[in-house]
Amino acid sequence: MPSPSSSPALHLAVALDGAGWHPAAWREPGAAPDRLFTAAHWAPLVAEAEAGLLDFVTFEDSLALQSTHPTESDGRTDQVRGRLDAVLLAARLAPLTRHIGLVPSVVATHTEPFHVSKAVATLDHVSRGRAGLRIRISQRDDEARHFGRRKPDEGRAALLDEAADHIEVVRRLWDSWEDDAEIRDVATGRFVDRAKLHYADFEGRHFSVRGPSITPRPPQGQPLVTALAADSGAYPLLARAADLGYVTPRDADEVRVAVAGIRGAREAAGLGGGQPLHVFGELTVFLGDTQTAAARRLQRLDAAHGSAYTSDAPVFTGTPARLADLLLEWRAAGLTGFRLRPGTHAHDLPAITRGLVPELRRRGVFRRSYEAASLRGLLGLPRPGNRYAAPAPGPAPVPGPAPAAVPTARA
Amino acid sequence: MSKPLKQIHLAAHFPGVNNTTVWSDPAAGSHIEFASFAHFAATAERAKFDFLFLAEGLRLREQGGRIHDLDVVGRPDTFTVLAALAAVTEHLGLTGTISSTFNEPYEVARQFATLDHLSDGRAAWNVVTSWDAFTGENFRRGGFLPREERYARAREFLATAHELFDSWDGGEILADQASGVFLRDAGAGAFAHRGPHFDIAGHFNVPRSPQGRPVIFQAGDSEEGREFAAADADAVFSRYATLEAGRAFYADVKGRLARYGRTPDQLKILPAATFVLGDTDAEARELAHEVRLKQVSGATAIKYLEHVWNRDLSGYDPDGPLPDIDPDPGENTIALGRASVRQFRDPFAVARQWRELAAAGNLSIRELVIETTGRQTFVGSPATVAESIDHLVQADAADGFILVPHLTPGGLDAFADTVVPLLQERGVFRRAYTGRTLRDHLGLAAAARPVAHSHR
Repeated sequence: MPSPSSSPALHLAVALDGAGWHPAAWREPGAAPDRLFTAAHWAPLVAEAEAGLLDFVTFEDSLALQSTHPTESDGRTDQVRGRLDAVLLAARLAPLTRHIGLVPSVVATHTEPFHVSKAVATLDHVSRGRAGLRIRISQRDDEARHFGRRKPDEGRAALLDEAADHIEVVRRLWDSWEDDAEIRDVATGRFVDRAKLHYADFEGRHFSVRGPSITPRPPQGQPLVTALAADSGAYPLLARAADLGYVTPRDADEVRVAVAGIRGAREAAGLGGGQPLHVFGELTVFLGDTQTAAARRLQRLDAAHGSAYTSDAPVFTGTPARLADLLLEWRAAGLTGFRLRPGTHAHDLPAITRGLVPELRRRGVFRRSYEAASLRGLLGLPRPGNRYAAPAPGPAPVPGPAPAAVPTARA
Repeated sequence: MSKPLKQIHLAAHFPGVNNTTVWSDPAAGSHIEFASFAHFAATAERAKFDFLFLAEGLRLREQGGRIHDLDVVGRPDTFTVLAALAAVTEHLGLTGTISSTFNEPYEVARQFATLDHLSDGRAAWNVVTSWDAFTGENFRRGGFLPREERYARAREFLATAHELFDSWDGGEILADQASGVFLRDAGAGAFAHRGPHFDIAGHFNVPRSPQGRPVIFQAGDSEEGREFAAADADAVFSRYATLEAGRAFYADVKGRLARYGRTPDQLKILPAATFVLGDTDAEARELAHEVRLKQVSGATAIKYLEHVWNRDLSGYDPDGPLPDIDPDPGENTIALGRASVRQFRDPFAVARQWRELAAAGNLSIRELVIETTGRQTFVGSPATVAESIDHLVQADAADGFILVPHLTPGGLDAFADTVVPLLQERGVFRRAYTGRTLRDHLGLAAAARPVAHSHR
């Protein structure tokens, strides 16, 4: 795994959603809320993140209207409602960017792993190696009714287990083409070497999928798989399925507990040794030139909203320098990077890229130029070998998640 | 007074998984890399085409239990490529083939609504049906249907998608920063659909897109398919690109529109068409023959014959005579995942007819396959091809064509550079885009906005 103590790299991502994470963000100057559903809204945001040399951006998604209620629509009209499909949004932005990673959210509970696999593989092809995904589950009654094919009361543990199976299928399909399967051998008339195409043959508790993918292996081999673990219930999913997990500790002690918990879950799953896994801290940030200015901004937003902002992630209010202090402290406690949720895109995203990033750079912990062509490369993760390929002579290849380690897998 | 000239619609089908794509040509490039799609789209847009078209196949084809390896294999995800192409084009319509069998209406509707937003109104959906368990094995729900139910599901799928598209009337987003009202209407996106295939309700979460709904294409040729097109489609991707067959199909399908309260100009009929261009007609014919030889190798000819015979014919010499054994009348299991598998409903009749053809022309297996699968629609000099296209359209054999070049990605370049200017000179093809959306390009009325309603 990337060692936080020896590497100067602190990794940084931003989570983009609507006009920002505060429910009143759309009312701030510069929000242009009538353009939220156009590419013209999103392109400058991703360009700003790329100008700041961030590792990647994520795009939120859901299969129902946003809601303050945990399982139902809330019928509110004072907040942003409606959103675009995140995978398509990421694809739309890919040709406009060159370096930054693009990580859309995908709801495992209601989607087909076959479709998700080829969509993210294609995002990797169109971005030339900058794709990832953030896997989610859905326990929302309204989302279940939009699909009408399952009961909403399945337990969270079962849905998380299904999501891990979903990702296992997605990953097998990414490997179902060896890198050099396309041979175009004019002499024998063969376009592909079918010995290098493989059936995924996944059979699990929740579904079975045959394969191979219709889409050749993506440039990164395995695009980056990420997931949020707001509590330890999701650690088995991180352990089995993810290259990068997001966690929401409130202080350095909670950071140490979360990191130890995730490492432990990976060892319990037999994946501890040598398997790279990033753990990113997640924070909603309201930044200002002074502590007072930042606090005033949040107050103004709260006043417009009519109540104090609350979040599943810790909320940071202050200067970029103070935020840099915090990130370094938490990094020392075991995190490898951070996914920051800008309170408002219009103000807090540039505050990250033009305030926080230069501050981190002054402290020698952030890049001065993009040093790798792929998202995995930016994160210091190797390009995985193909689980189906015959081992090459010479040094052993980097191990991928082995099918045999997955309890529900058919060998 | 003579009839005014019809304006021709032209579209480009990205060449991919089929044996018309000549991958062995030294000029053939990647069919996966985005640069290929971007080049192809740029050519189509430079030529002022209506749209780019992507086909779909959700399982790699197999023959005799093994993955078919003689043609182009593999393709990217349709939605993802089209969304990326929206970033590098301004006017070109973006048409994707999406199965109504292996998807759910809520997800597909939001993908198309998203694509329409992200392209500023250029999305189109070619609705296809599938029923085979072979493809269903790639999906968690298996998802195959009894054949007779596939159009019922497709029609209900499309109707449901339309209910979702229409669940926003376009006036809901106020986004008034001063008053704090984002939505005018708390019921925005409310829908409820109950039917044999889908029983879903809630709120659609993508606001109304620039076209309201994507342009709808239909591609099936059966009786049910024609009826489906007449009832619900904006355009038909047909297979009849010759004068007589084209006119018959055109008259038949357009004749069905009245019973759905529609006029003939509300449905465009666009056959798929291949082309081979040369400086002269003779040179084009020579090139066309070379292309056919590349498309139908000996091995490809044998594989093609196996579709009819439903037997392993690998022992036969492609340069020799047709097999003297009869086709296996059982369920066709030899070739899987190909749309063409089921085109031979009566393999005995086909075999008999082919034997007669071979005997009459003294044709080998390969020669016979080249003869019977010849689908080169337009072969000739640019002037000849422009003349043919114009003639077919003015004679009501088509409203235009979806061109399928045999080379990826540069196969459209010569057409754009030589044929299109001739059509423009004839006054039958646009010199510049005059509209913004794909509906504008196709001369279709904007999708009617639902009357602003107080939502449930």
